[in-house]
Amino acid sequence: MSTRLSRGGRLIDRSASQEFSFNGKKLRGLKGDTLAAALLANDQMLVGRSFKYHRPRGIVAAGPEEPNALVGMGRGARFEPNQRVTTTELFNGLEAQSQNHWPSLEFDVGVINNSLARFLPGGFYYKTFMYPRAAWKHLFEPIIRASAGLGKAPKDRDADRYEQAYAFCDVLVIGGGIAGLQAALVAGASGARVIVLEQTAHWGGRAPVDGDVIEGAPADAWVKSAVEALGKMENVTLRVRTMGAGVYDHGYVLAEEKIADHTPGDGRPKHRLWRIRAGRIVTATGAIERPLSFAGNDIPGVMLAASVRDYVVNFAVSPGDRTVVVTNNDDAYRTAIALKEAGLEVPAIIDARVSVTGDLPARARAMGIRIEAGRAIAKVKGGKRVTGVAICIQAGEGSVLEEIACDAVAMSGGWSPVVHLWSHCGGKLVWDTTHAHFRPDATKPPTNQDGQAMVIAVGNANGAMSAADALADAAKGGAAAAEATSFKAEVKAASATQVTEAPMEAVWIMPQGAGSALKAKMWLDYQNDVKVSDVQLAAREGYESVEHTKRYTTLGMATDQGKLSNINGLAILAQSLNEDIPQVGTTTFRPPYTPVTLGALAGESRGEIFQPLRKTPMHAWHEAQNAYMEPVGLWRRPYTFPRAGETHEQSVHREVNNTRTNLGLLDASTLGKIIVKGPDAGKFLDMLYTGVMSNLPVGKCRYGLMCNEQGFLSDDGVVARIDEETWLCHTTSGGADRIHAWMEDWLQCEWWDWKVYTANITEQLAQVAVVGPNARKLLEKLGGMDVSKETLPFMQWADGTLGGFPVRVYRISFSGELSYEIAVPASLGAAFWEALHKAGAEFGTMPYGTEALHIMRAEKGFIMIGDETDGTVIPQDLNLGWAISKKKADFLGKRGQERNYLASPDRWKLAGFETLDGSVVPDGSYIVAAGHNANGQGNTQGRVTSTYYSPTLKRGIAMGLIHGGLNRIGDVVEFNTVSGGTVKAKVVDPVFYDKDGAKQNV
Amino acid sequence: MLILECPYCGVKAEETELSPGYEAHLKRFGPGSSDTEFEDYMFARKNPKGVHFERWRHVYGCGKWFLAARCTATLEVFGTYPAQSAEPPADLQAKIKAKRPDWKGYK
Repeated sequence: MSTRLSRGGRLIDRSASQEFSFNGKKLRGLKGDTLAAALLANDQMLVGRSFKYHRPRGIVAAGPEEPNALVGMGRGARFEPNQRVTTTELFNGLEAQSQNHWPSLEFDVGVINNSLARFLPGGFYYKTFMYPRAAWKHLFEPIIRASAGLGKAPKDRDADRYEQAYAFCDVLVIGGGIAGLQAALVAGASGARVIVLEQTAHWGGRAPVDGDVIEGAPADAWVKSAVEALGKMENVTLRVRTMGAGVYDHGYVLAEEKIADHTPGDGRPKHRLWRIRAGRIVTATGAIERPLSFAGNDIPGVMLAASVRDYVVNFAVSPGDRTVVVTNNDDAYRTAIALKEAGLEVPAIIDARVSVTGDLPARARAMGIRIEAGRAIAKVKGGKRVTGVAICIQAGEGSVLEEIACDAVAMSGGWSPVVHLWSHCGGKLVWDTTHAHFRPDATKPPTNQDGQAMVIAVGNANGAMSAADALADAAKGGAAAAEATSFKAEVKAASATQVTEAPMEAVWIMPQGAGSALKAKMWLDYQNDVKVSDVQLAAREGYESVEHTKRYTTLGMATDQGKLSNINGLAILAQSLNEDIPQVGTTTFRPPYTPVTLGALAGESRGEIFQPLRKTPMHAWHEAQNAYMEPVGLWRRPYTFPRAGETHEQSVHREVNNTRTNLGLLDASTLGKIIVKGPDAGKFLDMLYTGVMSNLPVGKCRYGLMCNEQGFLSDDGVVARIDEETWLCHTTSGGADRIHAWMEDWLQCEWWDWKVYTANITEQLAQVAVVGPNARKLLEKLGGMDVSKETLPFMQWADGTLGGFPVRVYRISFSGELSYEIAVPASLGAAFWEALHKAGAEFGTMPYGTEALHIMRAEKGFIMIGDETDGTVIPQDLNLGWAISKKKADFLGKRGQERNYLASPDRWKLAGFETLDGSVVPDGSYIVAAGHNANGQGNTQGRVTSTYYSPTLKRGIAMGLIHGGLNRIGDVVEFNTVSGGTVKAKVVDPVFYDKDGAKQNV
Repeated sequence: MLILECPYCGVKAEETELSPGYEAHLKRFGPGSSDTEFEDYMFARKNPKGVHFERWRHVYGCGKWFLAARCTATLEVFGTYPAQSAEPPADLQAKIKAKRPDWKGYK
């Protein structure tokens, strides 16, 4: 059984006991433990079930590479799935639940898949669920959905907050092991601004556990002094619990700092996402140990050798009383020695190499540990826990020589440098035959904006595998990074005592000649249940590309992204294809290195501040009136102002009726307002609009259309000529910024010699539409300027005062009623709005919202950009040919509209529609036509673009595009409905109300 | 996440401050142009692996449009210059030619 040892443990505080629970069971750990260490200290070796076969799984590793030990953490609004126990710091009150099992971890029904394993080979999903087709929906999909998914998604809104921060530096060092610290010391001493990130809570990485001796003392002492020295440098920032997640273009790095994971609910942000821009990036990310592929290598109790040593040395936790070490290299002997020194039994070291030399094996021998050279594990015995191993010859087929009882197996297949960050931006790798791993190819680094190398890998991450080599390499790399950012650096490395290690030997299958029965129990990818046999099958079935094999077998997918499995998997693939490993290559490394929580990526952009909110000066008034608001771009506009007991539909209809019979007030402040000014402004607007604006007399208004270069309608609005050189262009509410940018684009990039200035003054003005038969009465009551028909006729504007407010009054109408749109400085908007309501009470004034506006414009047959247009509609389609100048030689969109498809008489054109039964045509309806097209779909001859119940006409009205357009007036057509039937409608003129304009021209 | 120096305000702007405007040095074809000319102007965009000229706007900065010469494969930036340029500056063209001898010119 795994247990806590009575002495040792460099990271734990035995005086600080911490209580936590696992699957509801109360357990105790120590301050400084990871959750993994605490679980092992409580003999909780079984921590989860595998994804596909639901096999029992235990803790394999001690770091972020852990594939098995994922748990759900916390509860309710603080629940998080798929948390790795190996990187989770223990705290008092921690709650964890294991995943992927039903009904319980100990007894899991899904394990039946395990007995069916031979029927669930690689690519199973692709092969099996094809036929019969009906079975997919009713049989396969429900079962797969019920069993799929790693962990459970949280149900509640996240109670924590997350933040983002920017940082800038000359040299960013990622990794706080001895190589990272050495690189930072050299770069820091040069005066460069340095940031050092370490993903765990501790500096020093593996060196203290591995017993390295630096400057004549244990590594711990050197690490302490290095961190102290760095802490004293003002140009150096140190950050623990911060994982370098991804390297992006031009020295941009994302890093995630786990601030309050171990102190939940203490008021601090849970995580902070760092957005760092670095001159050079030094990756000192270390290496990850590889598993060995032998039968039963997934049984709980089989762990990585260095991780076993981590638990013993860091946490005083033993994975078992008797641990068999199996290896192809010298490093694993450190584990055997550490176990022995902790007073534990190592019944044997199974070394696949025939010849075992080197300092470390010699020490192990001297300690009396039995070493079996040229041997392999034929099979691990046990179910939910290792009970023993069967030993065979590595060169053979697996005939058992001997069985050794043990309760843990420490395996080491060699080390793979963590090359992820090097590779994210295109750094290339080279295959190192000595260590059987890929390491960064320094001649093909990722490059920055100047074409220079932007990432420098150092230490283990660069293939410098001993402490002495790593320190020397890191000093060199740190200096190179500083020099590249214009600092003078001195290459000065701490010296470490060199331990002579004999070469490792690449072992991809154990034993070498294992038959299919054994290979079907050799796990490559623990998280996705991919075995040696699956990859070999994929190769046999023609999946030669490593990227295809990955997707076919799911090797290297999910939360660990193959940190343990990738190299072993592609070695098997290369063997099966009879190719060299470098020829097969790796799958693409993509950020993030380990999962970054979505909360950190969102940061503060959630809830009400997800986007900036634009508010008109009257916004507070609308809210006080309980207006029902709707988003319009980034604006919030009142949709309607419901009164007590009213539905929205009722209040919208009341607002329409009141505006048509008395007086309505609309907050039109969101309307885009762009000043275009200069000697060439008229010429410019003639290019922008389809009509002529240069000859618009001062004091007058004109409706205009803007098209893009393809000829499609882009925006519309009323233009007012302010003075000889100045025009004011109104745009749609959502279009102001876009149209202003469009103007600037043409002025800066095409007609840069034209003397024109533009200014978007949308937010400088509040605007109110005063609409209805009583509109003039209200303005006359306020007094201050002449608003009579004679002085201020339709489509003119005037400056003046109303009730003491400085105003600009436009006589324009989007409703068909007598209407004044009145602009006041934004700071006076709220006061003016309230003054209008107060003075208008006797005339029956009511505010109205956007829905009433829409209905009234549809009753008048006015088009709305975004309803009648969708980026494929030209003005001619909407019978707006009258707004297009025939005289102008050129305007934006003119050439586009000449294309034969747009000039075709067969285009669908605008018409009005009245249902025969008075009902409202559903949104999105098509007008059906006889017959079917080549795909067997029913033919169509048009579609609805706007459809409303008209309270004025007391019936459903619609606008739409139909083949033949206004020539079809009088025809009866059918619109399809949501329920599957159709509704009959008569084609009519789209102006449903006051066609002659008698009501607006008064 | 690119960094481009705005030639107007001199700021080394991050991509989040900029908005892209696609290919630079397009010649506009309006009324009177042939279908082929208009099609080329409207739709036929270069997609080179290598040196490319692009329009960018310093939209959350000075608001100015500028042009950038960049390698689409390595993201190396050769230089930026004002949008009011009929062709890339001669010294920039020389610099690109020196770094990418196979480059065939901006047209």
